[in-house]
Amino acid sequence: MQFGILINEGPYNHQASDSAYLFARTAIEKGHKIPRVFFYHDGVNNSTRMAEPPQDDRNVTARWSKLAEDHGIDLVVCVAAALRRGIKDELLAPGFRISGLGQLVEMGIQYDRLVTFGD
Amino acid sequence: MSDMDMEDDGSGIVKKFMFLNRKAPHGTVYALEGLEVVLITAAFDQDVSLVFTDDGVYQLMKGIDTKGVEVKDFSKTYRALEGYDIEKLYVDRSSMDARGLTEDDLIVDVTVLSDDEMKNLMAEQDVVISF
Repeated sequence: MQFGILINEGPYNHQASDSAYLFARTAIEKGHKIPRVFFYHDGVNNSTRMAEPPQDDRNVTARWSKLAEDHGIDLVVCVAAALRRGIKDELLAPGFRISGLGQLVEMGIQYDRLVTFGD
Repeated sequence: MSDMDMEDDGSGIVKKFMFLNRKAPHGTVYALEGLEVVLITAAFDQDVSLVFTDDGVYQLMKGIDTKGVEVKDFSKTYRALEGYDIEKLYVDRSSMDARGLTEDDLIVDVTVLSDDEMKNLMAEQDVVISF
């Protein structure tokens, strides 16, 4: 099955991105496909390579980049939400790109399921 | 609305999208940014339903004045939804009752649904996005 993932919360303050990551990793292990993850609202803050969490904590952004590289996941950050919050191309971690909300709607149209993580 | 020019994805597939608005219009950004997704989905010629439930019913309240909190008042957008062919607006009766609101308090025409009717409407959808 093809799952689209929507993440609506930023990292660390909220569990949404962690839960989405664990869901994505597990779904892939079970043989499903995650073609794209879309980051909206404060979720756009998951995309910045400027984050430096303490060594003994997980690096939310880096593990998305790794999962994307290993499994060809398209990590899309909403342009309007990103600009509002100061997230720009030059700040993006590997695997992330900025695009429009149409990419989110496309997930709903084309994939079997769209799963939302956030409040 | 720079995203509006993207139009549809060319697949010709029309799915039932329900947007579940659960939060007050101000205090968080969910209602404002959620509305953006609704408009884009309509631009993709999808079958769009909007549901207002829990504190989301406050989004449609008449007489919203945001001057004091110095944030954008986007409540007029709800009245413009018809122009985007978004005509399916539903409000949850129990959420209105719990907040002492009636249809007369709302800025647009809505269909008021019972919990059971809401459940059935949700079950018909292909995609449910909650803001």
